[in-house]
Amino acid sequence: MSTPTETDAESRARDILGVSRLTNPALSSWLQGLPGVDQVGCEARAASLGTRSVKTTSKEWAIDTAIGMIDLTTLEGADTPGRVSGLCTKALSPDPTDLSTPRPAAVCVYGDMVPVARQTLGDGSGVKVAAVATAFPSGRASLAVKLADTADAVSAGADEIDMVIDRGAFLSGDYRTVFEQIVEVKRVCGGARLKVILETGELVTYDNVRRASYLAMLAGGDFVKTSTGKVQPAATLPVTLVMLEAVRDWRELTGVQVGVKPAGGIRTSKDAITFLVTVNEIAGEDWLDPFWFRFGASSLLNDLLLQRQRMRTGAYSGADYVADDSPSLY
Amino acid sequence: MPTFEYAPAPESRAVVDIASSYGLFINGEFTDSQGGGTFKTISPATEEVLAEVTEASAEDVDRAVAAARTAYTRVWSRMSGADRGKYLFRIARILQERAREFAVLESLDNGKPIKESRDVDVPTAAAHFFYHAGWADKLDYAGLGPDPRPHGVVGQVIPWNFPLLMLAWKIAPALATGNTVVLKPAETTPLTALLFAQVCQQADLPAGVVNIITGAGPTGQALVGHEDVDKVAFTGSTGVGKAIARTIAGTRKKATLELGGKAANIVFDDAPLDQAVEGIVNGIFFNQGHVCCAGSRLLVQESIADQVEARLKRRLETLRVGDPLDKNTDVGAINSRAQLDRITELSEAGEAEGATRWSPECELPSKGFWFRPTVFTGVSQTHRIAQEEIFGPVLSVLTFRTPGEAVAKANNTPYGLSAGIWTEKGSRILWMADQLRAGVVWANTFNKFDPTSPFGGYKESGYGREGGRHGLAAYVTTGDAT
Amino acid sequence: MSTSTSARRAPAAGRVDVRKTYKLYIGGAFPRSESGRSYEVYAAPRGSRGSTPVFLANVAKGSRKDARNAVAAARKAVGGWSGATAYNRGQVLYRIAEVMESRRSTFVEDVRIGEGLTPARAEAVVSAAIDRWVWYAGWADKFAQVTSTVNPVAGPFFNISAPEPTGVVALLAPQESSLLGLVSVVAPAIVTGNTCVVLPSRQRPLPAVDLAEALATSDVPGGVVNIVTCHTAEVAPWLASHRDVNAIDLTGTAGVEDLAWGELELAAAESVTRVLRPAGRGPAAVEEDFTAEPGTARMQAFVETKTVWHPKGL
Repeated sequence: MSTPTETDAESRARDILGVSRLTNPALSSWLQGLPGVDQVGCEARAASLGTRSVKTTSKEWAIDTAIGMIDLTTLEGADTPGRVSGLCTKALSPDPTDLSTPRPAAVCVYGDMVPVARQTLGDGSGVKVAAVATAFPSGRASLAVKLADTADAVSAGADEIDMVIDRGAFLSGDYRTVFEQIVEVKRVCGGARLKVILETGELVTYDNVRRASYLAMLAGGDFVKTSTGKVQPAATLPVTLVMLEAVRDWRELTGVQVGVKPAGGIRTSKDAITFLVTVNEIAGEDWLDPFWFRFGASSLLNDLLLQRQRMRTGAYSGADYVADDSPSLY
Repeated sequence: MPTFEYAPAPESRAVVDIASSYGLFINGEFTDSQGGGTFKTISPATEEVLAEVTEASAEDVDRAVAAARTAYTRVWSRMSGADRGKYLFRIARILQERAREFAVLESLDNGKPIKESRDVDVPTAAAHFFYHAGWADKLDYAGLGPDPRPHGVVGQVIPWNFPLLMLAWKIAPALATGNTVVLKPAETTPLTALLFAQVCQQADLPAGVVNIITGAGPTGQALVGHEDVDKVAFTGSTGVGKAIARTIAGTRKKATLELGGKAANIVFDDAPLDQAVEGIVNGIFFNQGHVCCAGSRLLVQESIADQVEARLKRRLETLRVGDPLDKNTDVGAINSRAQLDRITELSEAGEAEGATRWSPECELPSKGFWFRPTVFTGVSQTHRIAQEEIFGPVLSVLTFRTPGEAVAKANNTPYGLSAGIWTEKGSRILWMADQLRAGVVWANTFNKFDPTSPFGGYKESGYGREGGRHGLAAYVTTGDAT
Repeated sequence: MSTSTSARRAPAAGRVDVRKTYKLYIGGAFPRSESGRSYEVYAAPRGSRGSTPVFLANVAKGSRKDARNAVAAARKAVGGWSGATAYNRGQVLYRIAEVMESRRSTFVEDVRIGEGLTPARAEAVVSAAIDRWVWYAGWADKFAQVTSTVNPVAGPFFNISAPEPTGVVALLAPQESSLLGLVSVVAPAIVTGNTCVVLPSRQRPLPAVDLAEALATSDVPGGVVNIVTCHTAEVAPWLASHRDVNAIDLTGTAGVEDLAWGELELAAAESVTRVLRPAGRGPAAVEEDFTAEPGTARMQAFVETKTVWHPKGL
């Protein structure tokens, strides 16, 4: 890849960095020049957002909004067409007892399951099909394989692609490779929106999370996403906070809005509402929309539905009162 | 799409039982005044009268000091350190058990947000008792000098900004070292101290070891000037601190003074900016800026001044000002009309002197004492708002070009209580920390307190330390003292 | 008053000895008083002779302006001296002991005549004074170690407390113990990095001026110790009320009739100046026994505790 092909993303990146050639040293010094993140202060800020109390009408709104932001996900080796179509049915009708319940934003599956999902969801349901690609979750494959993986999912009807970055390249300081791979995947995506998974649990530091977010946005990612769900810790609140700061500052810098998707580990309504509070206070209400913010989750949906029932009926509900099409094998 | 509004989430008042009137806590019981008057304590958020409180007379002070003296000679100075410690442990536990009650009462009487009284004031107060309890039987190991002995009767006068926490800062070390106490809370915030008196009763603390007398300036003066008081501990304004220093001049009374401040919060261009903005906000808007160590002067490197200002303003737009009992409130009420007047006056002076004033949009309640979070930019070192302690939610922003200039500006004040440094460069933090003439230096953080961490000022911010091993020194005499 | 007889050791036969002019010591220089004044200093009366006091010297009589200049010199020296390494300050203090030892006979004569001591007692006092410098020299790089703490705060923070010099210290040196007492108040003040302005014993100032000459040749930076011989009661109030003085030691008020230490403390209150009171009970001031081992209290009196917090994180 020593002779990078000229792309729009590349020329835009040169503009933003103010360099004539987008070399790895240029990317390095740009990323290392970003303001650092103090771990303790960042986590304290996140914790303080967790103490916000949301009540009554706001809570109803928040629960419905959160449901509408879910990428209902199954990413297991044991996935079958039956399970995937069950999940899609659930997405189409989350709570059969209350048809006013909003639908989640998307279902998220492995690439080979895209045709099943596409078929079950049909067209016009409003529920998108998202596919993980690029040798998910490790990302350890050649670029050619990653591009083929992506092209396969897109041609099968995926509306959105969730790619993983090459964490090895990132951690070894080879930012140019990470950048190029995102650019190439984005090119293959065509009209599909690209979510870039940073796998923050492997990047370890918030400084790295910020740098990886900027790198992904520079390369043209439509979303930055925390995790694959296969590595712990996954979508923590402080990690999401750092990414929300990044997209907020990126829009100020470039005028381009980028979405954020925390994925993995968000299981309760209380958690989801805390994330929405964080979106609201850090990035602002422009991001309080399924187009710009998603939850990568599976069991979260049922907890939100329980809360919804609780608010509708006034009584606490129980797991047997929501249909569960997606019990995890793990 | 509806805006994401947080509905009011008020903490219930029902947990608190406020009496209509309170006597003085002397010798283990609430007693009527001898010749003293009464005054009302109000909720600054609503101006509602909460209770009528006794204004202790000189005779009352006499009685309280005598009770403390008797308790000192007959009981407390003879008790083993281990047993003293057990009483402190008991008090710590009761404070934890009744935490919710204390938090609500503190927010009612003081006007501070419940999230601060709940998460900071009350738990830290309990922690102070817990920490000092363990010292009571270990003073010989504290390295204070040979044969540490208590002074005797300690007169303590505390301010209204952290009523319960300041009480804990004062009483816990005094008792741990074997002294007995007469404490006067501030006249606008007496209620948690009076509730603490009940805690002493519940703990079966021997009568007279802790005496709580309410009142205003004259009561405090009578206490500080009382000839049978061996040591004075004061937290409050530099003006009153100087008056106390004058009062005890020429006597053999010991004193510690924790006075005002005008802290510089210094932000370098390589700072972790998002956390620095949080630190700036926490530094000046925590507790409505009613904090002696508040970061009231923001010194920001010129190269990032615009960016920091923009981020700061954006952040301030999300601050929620209002009902102190609402769990979502970030900034509560100003403690008193007098304080509100002072903040207003100094802010007007800031405008008149040419600084640019800015506040976020926010609705203020119609009753009570309120002041919008306020930022002054274009402030110069000679402006009053850069020199005088405002003790309110008002930030003065100044700029600097080099580390040396930042130090010069930061130190260019008669105060020296605290300072903040924000930079990712370790060697610069250590160099700056050396140069700053301040008793507490927060690097990449601000307004952190802990029972183990000594607190107190340089220069006109006072002398002596509170907290930690150093704080004990103020409450003992040692064999090698001159 | 008689000026007939010098109490000094007799000069070599037939030689007219060269006498010293006793001047102030400010900022490393030896100026006369800006006021042009001086006062006569006499030997301490000895035994039952009851004879005319024996004249020793005309000593510069420092004024409030001299004291002001001394404070300015001391302030200027704070940065360098407090910024010097503790190891370096320790070496400088030790060097003072070396230089005093080499000028031993001068100091012995000073205290023998000035304090009216027997030769043996004078020798002992000078030895103690020299040894006191050595004792404090050793403290320079240990005081912070025994007074610092790492504070285990309940959170992810590194937190340390360490002593720092308070700045400029005014020292009213003891009136009786004119050399050992003087050294015993100066050494603990400067060893931690303070600079000082010293008002030495009014009636026995000669050891102080001789000490100044030792200091000037001992690698002590100019301005670290400033000595203003004067009438204590005249100048002390100006130091007590001086807003650029961080701390004041009132030891030397003991034995000065027209000077109440409480008044000085009152003046010091105006700028929250740290005060080290004289020994004694109630309003009475008593000069302490400087032959005893000093302890750390005098060093403690002139330091501030600085606590520094920093988060611990990745």
